[in-house]
Amino acid sequence: MGRILNLRIFRGNAADGGLADVAVEAMEGEVILDVIHRVQAEQMNDLAVRWNCKAGKCGSCSMEINGKPRLACMTRVASFEDGETITITPLRAFPVIKDLVTDVSFNYKKAMEVRAYEHPVDLKPGDARMQQIDVERSQEFRKCIECFLCQDTCHVIRDHEENKKSFAGPRFFIRLAELDMHPLDTVRNRKQSAQAEHGLGMCNITKCCTEVCPEHIRITDNAIIPMKERVVDVKYDPLRWLGSVIRKRDGIL
Amino acid sequence: MSTSLGRYNYDVVVIGAGGAGLRAAVEAREAGLSVAIICKSLFGKAHTVMAEGGVSASMGNVNSDDNWMVHFRDTMRGGKFLNHFRMAELHAKEAPDRVWELETWGALFDRTKDGKISQRNFGGHEYPRLAHVGDRTGLELIRTMQQRIVAMQQKDARDHGDAEKFIRVFAELTITEILKDNEKVSGVYGYWRETGEEVLFTAPAVIVATGGIGKTFKITSNSWEGTGDGHALVLKAGGRLKDMEFIQFHPTGMVWPPSVRGLLVTESVRGDGGVLTNSDGVRFMFNYIPDVFKDKYADNEAEADRWYTDQTNNRRPPELLPRDEVARAINSEVKAGRGTEHGGVFLDVSKRLPADVIKKKLPSMWHQFYELAGVDITKEAMEVGPTCHYVMGGVDVDPDTAAAIGVPGLFAAGEVAAGMHGSNRLGGNSLSDLLVFGRRAGIGAAEYVKSSGKNPVSDASIKRAQEKVAKPFTQAGGENPYTLHHELQELTQSLVGIIRTKVELEEALKKIAELRNRIAKVSVAGGREFNPGFHLSFDLDNMLLVAESTALAGLTREESRGGHTRDDFPTMNPVWRQSNLICTFDGTKVGVEKIPLPVMRKDLFELFDIHELEKYMTPEEIAMGGIN
Repeated sequence: MGRILNLRIFRGNAADGGLADVAVEAMEGEVILDVIHRVQAEQMNDLAVRWNCKAGKCGSCSMEINGKPRLACMTRVASFEDGETITITPLRAFPVIKDLVTDVSFNYKKAMEVRAYEHPVDLKPGDARMQQIDVERSQEFRKCIECFLCQDTCHVIRDHEENKKSFAGPRFFIRLAELDMHPLDTVRNRKQSAQAEHGLGMCNITKCCTEVCPEHIRITDNAIIPMKERVVDVKYDPLRWLGSVIRKRDGIL
Repeated sequence: MSTSLGRYNYDVVVIGAGGAGLRAAVEAREAGLSVAIICKSLFGKAHTVMAEGGVSASMGNVNSDDNWMVHFRDTMRGGKFLNHFRMAELHAKEAPDRVWELETWGALFDRTKDGKISQRNFGGHEYPRLAHVGDRTGLELIRTMQQRIVAMQQKDARDHGDAEKFIRVFAELTITEILKDNEKVSGVYGYWRETGEEVLFTAPAVIVATGGIGKTFKITSNSWEGTGDGHALVLKAGGRLKDMEFIQFHPTGMVWPPSVRGLLVTESVRGDGGVLTNSDGVRFMFNYIPDVFKDKYADNEAEADRWYTDQTNNRRPPELLPRDEVARAINSEVKAGRGTEHGGVFLDVSKRLPADVIKKKLPSMWHQFYELAGVDITKEAMEVGPTCHYVMGGVDVDPDTAAAIGVPGLFAAGEVAAGMHGSNRLGGNSLSDLLVFGRRAGIGAAEYVKSSGKNPVSDASIKRAQEKVAKPFTQAGGENPYTLHHELQELTQSLVGIIRTKVELEEALKKIAELRNRIAKVSVAGGREFNPGFHLSFDLDNMLLVAESTALAGLTREESRGGHTRDDFPTMNPVWRQSNLICTFDGTKVGVEKIPLPVMRKDLFELFDIHELEKYMTPEEIAMGGIN
């Protein structure tokens, strides 16, 4: 049977806004996105919220629930205490457009800055041979649904607008790691570019991104730390440094 | 009225940024044209990401006996021979190239032991044929093409100093109208969802790739975007919809908890060994093997179980029958009182595979049930039932060019187009469809633009489009769009659903006519800025046209075939197989007419065992044996 939930939802835009209190019925088995939709249908027809699949696969309904970056479709009502007031606000790291919808164009700009995959020129379609174990490393990062919760929670940019210019964020560190570990990508120096162009060095591995990832991608352990270690390796090992300069390519494969 | 109308000029506008739209855009850009990609959501969120099982292509990596002819036969069989044979042929022949091409753009499919792309079994496919990435294959397709478009933009930035000079993504933009001048396409009109500001695109060619219509129904696996926009836009632009009576109810949607009712449970669960049982614990699918499939499906458990390890000497388990058969079987079991507590049947993989294998092969499914239903599928059975999943019907197109029949400059590909799947689609044939025909639509549009030249939009066309967008705000006192949507969904679910009758379809049409009057007076609260109520008011009109087309075509077709089941005409009728139903719109209501299904070419006809064709065709057709 239904229970009454007390919600505090952000209403407003970049110029003006505040938290609005609303009580809404929640049914058995529902998630926060369901009750937001009920509020929208019955009480606030113009409440802005992004969503698509309602199955944790598209990464559209990212928001902050009691201050934590979450997918509303994967947050069950049953996980909150009876009588608890649930506060629902837009992602803090990005500018508000309206209500729960934010301007996430920062992420699409950063995506443009990562040099694309380049296939070996002499490898014809259908001729690629790769072992499962070798593709799995990159596949972990390709699970990313681009919900941008990791970007939202990352303290390098969460309250530091000034860092956005030089910092790509965890989502794009895993993109770089994915390409770095891709068995066929011919672009060299992915790691060095992560450090020099995308701000890898600004990350101090607090693992906040890993904690919020709804796909459970081990962003810090499997992408960021290995890239950092190998960047350091090349930089401080004189032989490897020399090797990388002479061969004009990545020191480690 | 908007004072500052945004204006853009492109060679091609692609409506929809799912698999078909992106593939079409890539092709049109490669042909040297300027391309606008329009999506209702953010870039990369399209419903394609929900496709789990894989993309079918007869690469023969797992079983070297596979080839395009086997794939063609399976596709025609799955569609109950109502498919446009030429589309099924092109699809079967070109799918492997389309998959390999994705690999050259960086896609990482799961591998076989010898390092090739792995392929899995699926319902209706004779051999393991689906290239896959765990159970998130659709996401891999979208990401790969999204990144391919970024790669093209990076190249344009290097060569021309502007990344968006020739290809640009317009995210969160709704198209309200396809514009025509001089009897051919001149552009599209719409509004930014974020601001409500209006936008005009001038373009001689428009590719519609808007996907499906699931949101017309109450229980569906589709996301909010599946509101039949492209179907309705094309109808209103004077195009034709074909086969709209054929809607696929996927047999295995979640039935509990209520908030996820309809959410898909991938067919791979069955392909990898999952079995269906009723509340008596009986594996009931053995009782539902139709005559036409008796020689291909096992009629006993021992043989069915042996098939997983030896596919040469055993027939397939009946759980892997085409989707329409399985959906009807589940429906019958539940109606006969042998359903589960929440009105489904059990799908169990926990007793068939070790827990670690389940988690490895079906990671998203494990996740989905564990997090949303509190069910651990490595230990317990799932509860499943039919859910509205896919529409076989759609825009009537030319198979080779994807050109919409009757509207010069208009093209359609992917789920919004008709013909490829006949009366029922096989799993895995959707992702390959959108790659094959997305590319063909891109080529078709490019060739059209090169020969037709520009076609300016007239002021009269703009004025008409503007008045329509302003309408929901100018009428006060009308009904709330959410309530109307809810009513439409209830209506289609109960009267135009999985089992249909004449009486119910007639009632549906009457109610749809009433709803049309109410929807015309819908009013919207709030302003234009990111207002979901305003957005829904347009979607509603589209869904209504789709529902009307489906009900009308469903009433007209007096037989049961694939995704159309008539309780009052329960069997297939070979005479009806010779016809497609075409829906058109005169501005006030939908009309339907019967047209002949194209006759299969002789060389394709001869790929089949004549005794199989006898089950579907009339003696006259058999005697004719196809045409040259």
